[in-house]
Amino acid sequence: MRAWSALAIVVVLLGVAWVASGTGGGQAVIGTVIPYLAVALFLAGMVARVIGWARSPVPFRITTTCGQQRSLPWIPSATLDNPHTGWGAVRRMVLEVLLFRSLFRNTRSELRPTERLVYESDKVLWVAALAFHWSFLVILLRHLRFFLEPIPRLVPLLETVDGFFQLTVPTLFLTDALIVAALLYLLGRRVLNVQLRYLSLAADYFPLFVLLTIATTGILMRYVTKVDLVGAKELAMGLVTFHPVVPQGIGTLFFVHLFFVSVLFAYFPFSKLVHMGGVFLSPTRNLANNNRARRHVSPWNPEVKVHTYEQWEEEFRDKLVAAGIPLDKE
Amino acid sequence: MYDGGKIVAGLVVFLVLVTVPVWLNALAGGTPRAPELELPRDESRCVEPAAVMRATHMELLDTWRDSVVRSDDRFFTLEDGRRVERSLSRTCLGCHDRKDAFCDRCHDYLAVSPYCWDCHVIPEGGTALAAAGGGVR
Amino acid sequence: MAEKSPQELLQIDYRPPRRDWMDPSIDFEARRGTWSYPAAPKNLEYLGFPNPREWSPTDEDWKLPDNWQEIIHQGLKDRLERFRSLKVFMDICVRCGACADKCHFFIGSGDPKNMPVLRAELLRSIYRRDFTTTGKILGRLAGGRELTAEVLKEWYYYFYQCTECRRCSVFCPYGIDTAEITMIARELLNLVGLNINWVMEPVANCDRTGNHLGIQPHTFKDNIEFLCDELADITGIKISPSINRKGAEVLFIVPSADYFADPGIFTFMGYLLLFEHIGLDYTLSAYASEGGNFGLFTSHETIKRLNYKMYAEAKRLGVRWILGGECGHMWRVVHQYMDTLNGPADFLEVPRSPVTGTVFENAASTKMTHICEFTADLIANGKLRLDPSRNDHRRVTFHDSCNPARAMGILEEPRHILRTVCNNFFEMPDNTIREQTFCCGGGAGLGNDENMEMRLRGGLPRANAVKFVHERHGVNLLTCICAIDRATLPPLVEYWVPGVEVSGVHELVGNALVMDGETRRTTDLRGEPLEGVADEPSPEAEEASHV
Repeated sequence: MRAWSALAIVVVLLGVAWVASGTGGGQAVIGTVIPYLAVALFLAGMVARVIGWARSPVPFRITTTCGQQRSLPWIPSATLDNPHTGWGAVRRMVLEVLLFRSLFRNTRSELRPTERLVYESDKVLWVAALAFHWSFLVILLRHLRFFLEPIPRLVPLLETVDGFFQLTVPTLFLTDALIVAALLYLLGRRVLNVQLRYLSLAADYFPLFVLLTIATTGILMRYVTKVDLVGAKELAMGLVTFHPVVPQGIGTLFFVHLFFVSVLFAYFPFSKLVHMGGVFLSPTRNLANNNRARRHVSPWNPEVKVHTYEQWEEEFRDKLVAAGIPLDKE
Repeated sequence: MYDGGKIVAGLVVFLVLVTVPVWLNALAGGTPRAPELELPRDESRCVEPAAVMRATHMELLDTWRDSVVRSDDRFFTLEDGRRVERSLSRTCLGCHDRKDAFCDRCHDYLAVSPYCWDCHVIPEGGTALAAAGGGVR
Repeated sequence: MAEKSPQELLQIDYRPPRRDWMDPSIDFEARRGTWSYPAAPKNLEYLGFPNPREWSPTDEDWKLPDNWQEIIHQGLKDRLERFRSLKVFMDICVRCGACADKCHFFIGSGDPKNMPVLRAELLRSIYRRDFTTTGKILGRLAGGRELTAEVLKEWYYYFYQCTECRRCSVFCPYGIDTAEITMIARELLNLVGLNINWVMEPVANCDRTGNHLGIQPHTFKDNIEFLCDELADITGIKISPSINRKGAEVLFIVPSADYFADPGIFTFMGYLLLFEHIGLDYTLSAYASEGGNFGLFTSHETIKRLNYKMYAEAKRLGVRWILGGECGHMWRVVHQYMDTLNGPADFLEVPRSPVTGTVFENAASTKMTHICEFTADLIANGKLRLDPSRNDHRRVTFHDSCNPARAMGILEEPRHILRTVCNNFFEMPDNTIREQTFCCGGGAGLGNDENMEMRLRGGLPRANAVKFVHERHGVNLLTCICAIDRATLPPLVEYWVPGVEVSGVHELVGNALVMDGETRRTTDLRGEPLEGVADEPSPEAEEASHV
């Protein structure tokens, strides 16, 4: 199973981070050089990726239609699943990006002993995917409290909502629990489902392990082994104002956390995680299905050898004459 | 079809969003500095060492509240013999008499909004309360 | 094939093999019945395609060009630069597996490489090693692998085991379209002479004669006259459609199977009755005598090459617009490729129904209208005299064909027609129709006999849904709007659901149309007796009894 190699890499990284975080020099590197490098790689890498995609054209309008087309006025068309305007396609994309609409359709097929194939709605993957992605976003936004001074009102608002139930002290953030549960589900299904295990690559497990490490260290810092948050914010503010500082005594765990976040950022553009940008460029989803109403122009259009009517008439002249089919050249 | 304009616009939006901390701080101006706390003038010993308090004061207060509310267990004795009342208003604020210059400095810096003050009244200067019989003796 | 019983075929083992998928090994001899024969050299020679030769997949040596790896590498590079779809689809798959059990070939065979994600990985693993930084450095750890002869053989097996139906694309959270990946993989295979005859022979035929079946103009005319004679026998109406006539209002193009083989011919008879009924000014063409386009299963260049004839002929004949018959992949080409490749059709007019005056704005640029759009409009405007009871001997269901459903969205038009022309219409289960429809198992050039086991396996989900309505509602007719369906579904339902026949939608239209001056119909267009006719003797039968 390819999970082991991914796990081994993460364990090695964890060891390196742990040892380095225990030393002043290590903290200095993890607290300054590595985050800058990681973010630079992330930004440059993502821009390069997207530009790379953009340099290849979309020669054909290959929308995947998932509903009724617009044809006759008395037939209601599926404006979301089969958009016929650019704005329709935008609305389709918004639902796709924010709510994973296609994944919502997911079914599970089963061949019953009665020789009947049945397809049952299976929304667990959809729920887990939404839980992970939205939790991750909320957590990222909550982290703005370490990167901004003054802190915009959005952040405490998010904290209030996220900590709505006021369980535990400090208040348990729902997203902290959700992201771990979702990640464990995503990992679990990869390991337990035989088909998924068969096809999964080390590159599928690696980000899951990295994210789990990030989440675990974060949760430990908040709820169990405390770190000096004022120091953490000083370090974060130093980074984003380009006056990096590494205050004393923040705590080892913080540097492990920061190191793995940097790993994630640096790894991002070189992995499947680029789906974050790629989802916007998928031509089966982001184009309107108005092919016959508006011509789609391709920047390349191959010259091909064709069999012209004149050649055809010449080749089949006798037969055309015998059959009494009209000719261009008598 | 390339849709280059739309893609570049999308990239710009992405970069702007990702770099929010950089430019928002720059717009806010000023160099951010860690908060400075106003410490009690005539008391240097807290109930726990400063590092422990910094990390776990919220949990300490939480257990204090439970002791008082559920067990009516209001007092305990420190190793050095001081007798302490489990009271935010009288004990903590008895020394740290300015919430805005102590509690709020870090809480605001880190966007922490403890729900202490949902019930507790913010005292105006702690001395009067201490004199009323609470706090550390 | 055919030796295995349905019960044997249903013993599907969904457990993946122990062997790592990255180490390919395909025993073609042992897998007979699940692959298609290679293209005959004469077809490749005629078309000017590379590396024509006699060979068999069971051979150890596939007689590839010496530099085949370089050719494939260069071909892939070239296509990455020309297709954003390919580039994005290569990069963004997260292997979530949502597509896995959406493929009819996976459901029917249990072979994990028929999961769309893994089918794409066959190409993606090569892409990673050759074109990505991590793949170059980390190799297998990053999911990259070397392009060996074994990998290429595996490509041949699995990319000619995908019917480009796009069902996986509906469920993919990023819309990754395996049809697109298969199309491009097949282009690469074509570069080194790995193609199948069931695709290349129709392509060569179509280029030369104008249609896939290689029907020459005089036979074209004979076939149509034969069908007109049949129609005259059944209805008493003599129709003689014009061929290659200049100045007609409409050029009508159908898939060639519609004037060649049972049961497509009955659909064609339906078209002819309809046009006669409304007095349409149309012509057929013996030059543009193919609606379908096996170029779609070959390369984008070949799509253009074969499709060229449609606009060229419309221009030569000076028609106003083009009407297209019932065909699946034909409409993918007409809808999504024709205008881009061979347009603009500025010499044509926006299609306008001469009977109802409806202007088909949805075809404003392509100027080609689907016969179901055309007929649905006629029905909605009350322009047809119909007697649906003439289809009462049929209990009908409708199979959405892959391309019209997922590359066009023509879902309601055929249903509207069916509900009007017959009294007993039943839908198959929701997850097997409309955009979730299942392939017939023999599209994209795989509908040949040597591939029969795989066709029956791939067609299982469709047949199983038909069986459901057959048992529950007594359905005995599976209708569709695709010529490949009409060729591949009959053996499929005969195997899995005996007692169900296959027809086009316009066959039922033809049955129901009440023609001016027609004789009393005693049979449907197939010559099968109509319900209730046997009870009351027809005037002709009475007459005959006096003799």
